[in-house]
Amino acid sequence: MNLEIFNMEVVRALYIVSAVLFILTLGGLSNPETSRRGNQYGIAAMLIAVIATIFGPQVSGNYSLMIILILLGGSIGLVLSRRVKMTEMPELVAILHSLVGLAAVLVGLVNFINPAVEYFGIEKTIHSIEIYLGIFIGMVTFSGSIVAFGKLSGRISGNPLLLPAKHYLNLIMVIAVIFYGSKFVSAETIDLAFNPLIIMLIISFIFGIHLVASIGGADMPVVVSMLNSYSGWAASVTGFMLSNDLLIVVGALVGSSGAILSYIMCRAMNRSFISVIAGGFGTEAKITTSITQDQGEVKAIEIDEFKSMIMTSKKIAIIPGYGMAVAQAQFVVNEMINILKDKNIKIIFVIHPVAGRMPGHMNVLLAEAQIPYDIVYEMDEINDDFENIDLSIVIGANDIVNPSALEDPNSPIAGMPVIECWRGTYTVVLKRGMSTGYAGVENPLFFKGNTRMLFGDAKESLLKAL
Amino acid sequence: MDIGILKESDSRDKRVAVTPKVVSKIFKLGYNVLVEEGLGSDASFYDNEYADAGAIISDTNKVWSCDIVLKINKPNLDEVNKLSKNQTLLSFFTPSIHSELLKKCAKDNVNVLSMDSVPRISRAQKMDALSSMANIAGSRAVIEAAHAFGRFFGGQITAAGKIAPANVLIIGAGVAGLSAIGTATSLGAIVRAFDTRPEVKEQVESLGGEFLTVNLDEDGSSSDGYARVMSKEFIEAEMSLFKNQCKDVDIIITTALIPGKEAPKLITKEMVSLMKPGSVIVDLASQQGGNCELCKPDEVFEYNGIKIIGYTDLPSRLPSQSSELYANNLYHILDELTPNNDGVIDINMEDDVIRGMTIIKNGEITYPPPKIQVSATPKKKDTKPELTKPVQEKKHSYIPGLIAISSLFLVGAFAPESFMNHFTVFVLSCFIGYMVIWNVTASLHTPLMSVTNAVSSIIIIGALTQISSTDLLSLIFSGLAIFIASINIFGGFAVTKRMLGMFKK
Repeated sequence: MNLEIFNMEVVRALYIVSAVLFILTLGGLSNPETSRRGNQYGIAAMLIAVIATIFGPQVSGNYSLMIILILLGGSIGLVLSRRVKMTEMPELVAILHSLVGLAAVLVGLVNFINPAVEYFGIEKTIHSIEIYLGIFIGMVTFSGSIVAFGKLSGRISGNPLLLPAKHYLNLIMVIAVIFYGSKFVSAETIDLAFNPLIIMLIISFIFGIHLVASIGGADMPVVVSMLNSYSGWAASVTGFMLSNDLLIVVGALVGSSGAILSYIMCRAMNRSFISVIAGGFGTEAKITTSITQDQGEVKAIEIDEFKSMIMTSKKIAIIPGYGMAVAQAQFVVNEMINILKDKNIKIIFVIHPVAGRMPGHMNVLLAEAQIPYDIVYEMDEINDDFENIDLSIVIGANDIVNPSALEDPNSPIAGMPVIECWRGTYTVVLKRGMSTGYAGVENPLFFKGNTRMLFGDAKESLLKAL
Repeated sequence: MDIGILKESDSRDKRVAVTPKVVSKIFKLGYNVLVEEGLGSDASFYDNEYADAGAIISDTNKVWSCDIVLKINKPNLDEVNKLSKNQTLLSFFTPSIHSELLKKCAKDNVNVLSMDSVPRISRAQKMDALSSMANIAGSRAVIEAAHAFGRFFGGQITAAGKIAPANVLIIGAGVAGLSAIGTATSLGAIVRAFDTRPEVKEQVESLGGEFLTVNLDEDGSSSDGYARVMSKEFIEAEMSLFKNQCKDVDIIITTALIPGKEAPKLITKEMVSLMKPGSVIVDLASQQGGNCELCKPDEVFEYNGIKIIGYTDLPSRLPSQSSELYANNLYHILDELTPNNDGVIDINMEDDVIRGMTIIKNGEITYPPPKIQVSATPKKKDTKPELTKPVQEKKHSYIPGLIAISSLFLVGAFAPESFMNHFTVFVLSCFIGYMVIWNVTASLHTPLMSVTNAVSSIIIIGALTQISSTDLLSLIFSGLAIFIASINIFGGFAVTKRMLGMFKK
């Protein structure tokens, strides 16, 4: 059976339509209003690409198997997407990345075993490099994403794995990959090329694991976006391998998207991409807390006083951290907004780029609690405006409101942009105890004169204050 | 242990040491609380409220038999006699002035903690009843002035003509002075304030007042947080400033006090006579002799049509408010004294705050305490640290650009045409990606990642072109690739749709 309806030129034309729609998909995300249409463009683009391929000259059989596999995989995907909790989004994204990586490896392997086109001379060399590189990136994405998934879901400890001489270990692995790469490329026959490829598969598997395992919990947003980027590059290299421009275009779009997100996250922590990749947060800086002079005492308050502080404020900024999501306090916060709206008290949310476990995670968690997105602001939009805010409520956040990032050049988080809530009239920190955040740094905010601490479970405290 | 709360022996004082709200908090520290009948009725706290909070209503003698007794004003002689063995008293005392009384209390293993001897360190702010009372007194002083003043405080433009706002001068910008500034500005007056300590300028201005200075470089701050006595030249300059101000202002509120000393005379008879008739002076230092020469304690004295108010009971004129704050201060002290929350008092002389306020321990006078350097205020200007932000500086370097161009040249020199075509597409796509992604709003970064996830599964078309293979291994691999890529496509788009559906305006 052969369902070849389109010739190659028509397929190409449809691929162009698909590529344009993919670009519009990403463009639509510039604004929540247009984003839903963007997602529909994406679905349409994918549909066009798949249909064009199936009915094109490159596919000539096994149609029923193909359809069964797509439907089977698709239904699993749909179930996953229904079941996932919004707090688990980073895990889902990580595991989906690993699938892209694995698919890239498989496609590369098939292309290696059973090349559709014979290449000669320089074209053969380039093609071999493309196969090798595609499989390598795919494998690193695959194993790295699995470790990231384990870390995010708590199945693996979030602490960075600190092997001795880990930088050299990485270097040796990269050199080995290049060495076997040259063997792979220069191999005369498929059989000769087989061994270097298998060795590289093993090395890149370990390399991916080690790369992510040595990164600390605080840097997970960077890792997730980095893997996002890798999955794009893997698709792009596969496109080179298959001489398929659509794959190249789309892979490059995704790759640069992930790279930009990684860059944004690194900038939000004032850390270079290299230092994030090279090692765990807070491991290189020995935390010298000798500077803890008499910081004074924290002023704890009770629910009643918290309540009256809320009621006498005109403008309140809520600064959420991942702790808020853990306590599931965002739903209570939403109720609070509705109550206070009637009393003419204005509430805004201020979000730090690295709050949460992946870029933009906090926004999704707030959106899930039906908090309108037009009262959710980015750190940069509010930082100069705290003089006009009567009360800041910090829920489950610590490092992102730490003034020592600006005031103490010796602090491990020095230079990281933080939400400067202490410049407002009052700050109330809802917190379980006096523990430190991810970075293990003392937070002088708690000792400031205009800061009050409300100890206890954030959700319960808010419920009582309503 | 039992805690007894005493009625004030001075019947003019309407305040009460502990409010019902605080009774329940003291209860949580493990103490039993006994209150005198009718204890807080003058401050609108009634017996049934105390009983509801867990206190036992009883008579004076029973309350005096408690292990710890709490009140506000220093004990009178009668009360000193009632102090029995091992008892602990917490109240105002001012041991620097009342040394005779102090000696009389030193007996029978008695402990006395003076509320006004709390050291002025930041940790002890919540226990500082003197500040609480000063805050109330400062605010009330403005209200008394407004009451006695025959005009509005705030300016207005009415149909009948323009009303000028009142000019208020506040001398001393301590707790009371700042409170007075706040109250006066909120009534609409134009407020100026004078203080010998230049560092309070900012606080004055933050409350909407204008800070007045003399052109002499002398700093009046001291290490114990209060102002100190100034040099002769300074005082002369200060006096001429006041003289000039007197011609102009309608209200003067003086709050200048140096602890344990007679209040400095800042407003002379001559200055008062310079003021406009109808003006008002409120002297908050009247208990210690007054800042105004003409001030008479507890009286309103009129001179040339200018009223000089010398009330000493300003906090008591707001009895509910001052009781509430005093009770909170007391609670924080008790909290500090009861580290184990077991209802047993522990006067830990190692603790700076407790040491400072304990003036009699086990019948022995322990006043004055050893000096501790405390004040957070006298920081010199040079302590402002240079903020060296270790933000990475961006250096514009041409090297990466050159490398990129030369490597492109190399690629072009060796690569075949087919590769160059794909490469062109690749580089241009990277740029499109770069442009498009920077426009994505930060709040949609998570949906961006999930949608790019689905999008990158476009790799499925690679697997689709391979599935027609007859080779079994190829078939298995490409089939598996189609399967997992479909999970990703459907899952990624569906979860993105779900997330975007949540974003509501």
